[in-house]
Amino acid sequence: MSDQKSKLVKHDEVEHIYDGGLANVAADKFADPGIEPHRVRMTDKSKGHEKSAARQVAALFLISIAGSVFSIWAFFGFKVYDYDLNSIKNNSMFLGLGIALGMLGIGIGAVHWAKTLMPDAEVSEPRHQTRGSDETRAAAIEVIRLANDESGFSRRKLIRRSLYGALALFPIPGLVIFRDLGPNPADSLRHTMWTPGARLMRDPSGTPIKASDVQVGSVFHVIPEGLAELGQENETYHHMLEEKAKAAVLLVRVDPAELKESEDRKDWSYQGIVAYSKICTHVGCPVALYEQHTHHLLCPCHQSTFDLTDACKVVFGPASRPLPQLPITVDKDGYLIAKSDFNEPVGPSFWDRKA
Amino acid sequence: MTTPNNTQKGGFLAGTANYLDERVGVAGILKNFGRKVFPDHWSFMLGEVALYSFLVLLLSGTFLTFFYQPAMTPMVYDGIFGPLKGARMSVAYASTIDISFEVRGGLLMRQVHHWAALLFVAAAGLHMLRVFFTGAFRKPREINWVVGFALFVLGMAGGFTGYSLPDDLLSGNGLRIIDGMIKGVPVIGSWISSLLFGGEFPGDAIVARLYGLHIMLIPALILVFIVIHLFMVIIHKHTHYSGAGKRDDNVVGYPLAPVYVAKAGGFFFIVFGVIMLAAATFTINPVWNFGPYDPSPVSAGTQPDWYIGFLDGALRLTPSHLEFVIGDFTLPMNVLLPMVVGVLFLAVVAIYPFIEAWVTGDKREHHVLDRPRNAPTRTAIGAAGVVFYAVLWAGGSTDLIATNFKMSLNQVLTAMQISLILLPVVAYLVTKRLCLSLQRKDREIVLHGRESGRIVRLPHGEFIEVHEEVDEYTRYKLVDFVNYEPIMARPNARGKITIRGRVRASMSRWFFEDRVAPATPAELTAAKKHGNELH
Repeated sequence: MSDQKSKLVKHDEVEHIYDGGLANVAADKFADPGIEPHRVRMTDKSKGHEKSAARQVAALFLISIAGSVFSIWAFFGFKVYDYDLNSIKNNSMFLGLGIALGMLGIGIGAVHWAKTLMPDAEVSEPRHQTRGSDETRAAAIEVIRLANDESGFSRRKLIRRSLYGALALFPIPGLVIFRDLGPNPADSLRHTMWTPGARLMRDPSGTPIKASDVQVGSVFHVIPEGLAELGQENETYHHMLEEKAKAAVLLVRVDPAELKESEDRKDWSYQGIVAYSKICTHVGCPVALYEQHTHHLLCPCHQSTFDLTDACKVVFGPASRPLPQLPITVDKDGYLIAKSDFNEPVGPSFWDRKA
Repeated sequence: MTTPNNTQKGGFLAGTANYLDERVGVAGILKNFGRKVFPDHWSFMLGEVALYSFLVLLLSGTFLTFFYQPAMTPMVYDGIFGPLKGARMSVAYASTIDISFEVRGGLLMRQVHHWAALLFVAAAGLHMLRVFFTGAFRKPREINWVVGFALFVLGMAGGFTGYSLPDDLLSGNGLRIIDGMIKGVPVIGSWISSLLFGGEFPGDAIVARLYGLHIMLIPALILVFIVIHLFMVIIHKHTHYSGAGKRDDNVVGYPLAPVYVAKAGGFFFIVFGVIMLAAATFTINPVWNFGPYDPSPVSAGTQPDWYIGFLDGALRLTPSHLEFVIGDFTLPMNVLLPMVVGVLFLAVVAIYPFIEAWVTGDKREHHVLDRPRNAPTRTAIGAAGVVFYAVLWAGGSTDLIATNFKMSLNQVLTAMQISLILLPVVAYLVTKRLCLSLQRKDREIVLHGRESGRIVRLPHGEFIEVHEEVDEYTRYKLVDFVNYEPIMARPNARGKITIRGRVRASMSRWFFEDRVAPATPAELTAAKKHGNELH
């Protein structure tokens, strides 16, 4: 720092150079009286205390032996029976207690030994500056100079620059090979399993829902028709999870008079029955809680709250967007069906969701 | 040169020692390190706890790998846990339940592993606080602070990747939150999510990928950083607290052998034993209760492991309606802001030693620790940071606070939001004043003695409490610190005061303006004289 005046401060016989006007090492300072004299312990003074401390240490080690033996016995002795969780709990607990005793006995014994019987007078040892001495530094610089001269690293520009280029490029293949970790997300986030005419099914049983079965105030956890079947086979199980992660819906019936519906969504509900995406628009938790008297939907993860009667707009919490609404109607048998897929991506926001 | 045969008569131990010395030069190592002095203080144990917890993690984790299967392949459960019989789940989840119920000692080891993980991050965090508040990060240990910081972050990463492995409902929802946050990243969010999960969430790849990170890359990195961390401790030698006989050019404590071998070696067993005790008696993460992952259900009142709590709190405390749409592009600041705040907070922690070194202009080596009160501004900054973190952390439990204390969730959240801004400022101001008061109290004790509790009535009727002069060792502890003065902005060679110089001068003023100088012998003499005149 050119704008700071350097000065030398005498400090423990070593001269340190530093800039800035800071440490006020007062000339008038209390003298260091040196390490405090050793306080004599009872075990230093009396043979009796020393003996009993030694016995305590040995006793702790013996307790450890007993604990270890007990734990081996517990492992075999506490039988584990099928369907008997209590037997598992006992085996685990007594095995653990035995091992814990085995360890604590050694640990506490060793520390007790050190504290009562080993010397406890503090001693001092010199500590040197971390930096090498001037000679060492000069020797180190000489090594670098020699290496540089012998290799011609500074001199041979062509070699040096082409090496930099090579070093800059070589890690890139290491990144490229990770390309196949996953596919291009493309449109997968924009569509769900809902198709026009797909029945709304109970989650997880996969049975259809009659509009007449939905009472005012009741809540249904809903999945699209065909999803539950995907979960029946190992081959399609993961596909089921992925589809469910987007298509899960919450179905509620309220008094139609309480619904504030915009003109373009008037026909998205059926006699006060509304269906909304269950996937929170914040970070994607299932919005699983419904409060009947306020008509609020609450996400238990971060407490985003949506007003069901007002197009599921955010009334509280970190979410920004309303939950997407699933347009529904009934088929000729009176079962609830979807009129179409959601008209926007469900779940958390991403960069090009509007594109 | 002695002949090798000389030592071979001493029996098995001497023979072994000779064998090792002739092959790896063990005598030189013992001679150099065997009696190294190591300073003693309870707060130096915190790092040890972290180290030993890591060893416990390696041991218990290895046991778990023998039984755990990191596959998301679906299967129908047919084990001994009745409630889940016939349920379809991943092999990973089923093997976790089998470890708990069908492998003797498996449940114990799962719990040992989880408790040790919680303890590892906690001990590392407390160790960082100890290092921060005592100024142990100052030259020459700035780089070791950064290494330690990396260990703390790696600990969190290890914890989170491990948390997700059972593939249960709870950890699945945790992963889903991560996925939602990743998707919010501008431009590349949905791509990263797809690459991470191997397609759509949850996919069938994530568990095996996290497993690779959890048992290979992260522990290997932790191990490497621990080696560097400890190697630097050997280079620097451990710091010691200020006090009589403790100087920057010596190290005061007990010899490694036998005292520290016994204490530190014994302490490993104590840490392991305590973790074992917790694991044997307290259930942690009973995954069998949560069921396999299903994207639709979620249980209310769930909490992440403690060290992720501050990030969860940051997500919750972000105000509503921060999502912006610019043209066709969506910028969900409600998700990005907490990530930015979390990363910035950690970044400031990581580079703090360099900031302080620049502000103070201090380039000397420090091996004697500061008592926190003797660095009031640093201690106040630390207190503000702790409070900021604590509010974020508490923010991760707004719902539980509201339900347990029968308060409105909205009010709890608003109170937390205000607290997040306000309380660190309050903590800063209060702590700084407290430190200065404590420094004044130290001066007072040195100059006027400590209160003896003896009340004496003087001949003219006045009552006084007799103050006793402290002994020279206590006194030295109270006066052994350096009084710094702010840096002045000075013109450089061209006669100009640079902006950098000005910023630095004002930061330095902020750091050192309020200060209390240590008492000096002259002041003590004056105080004694004054005291004698009074009585």
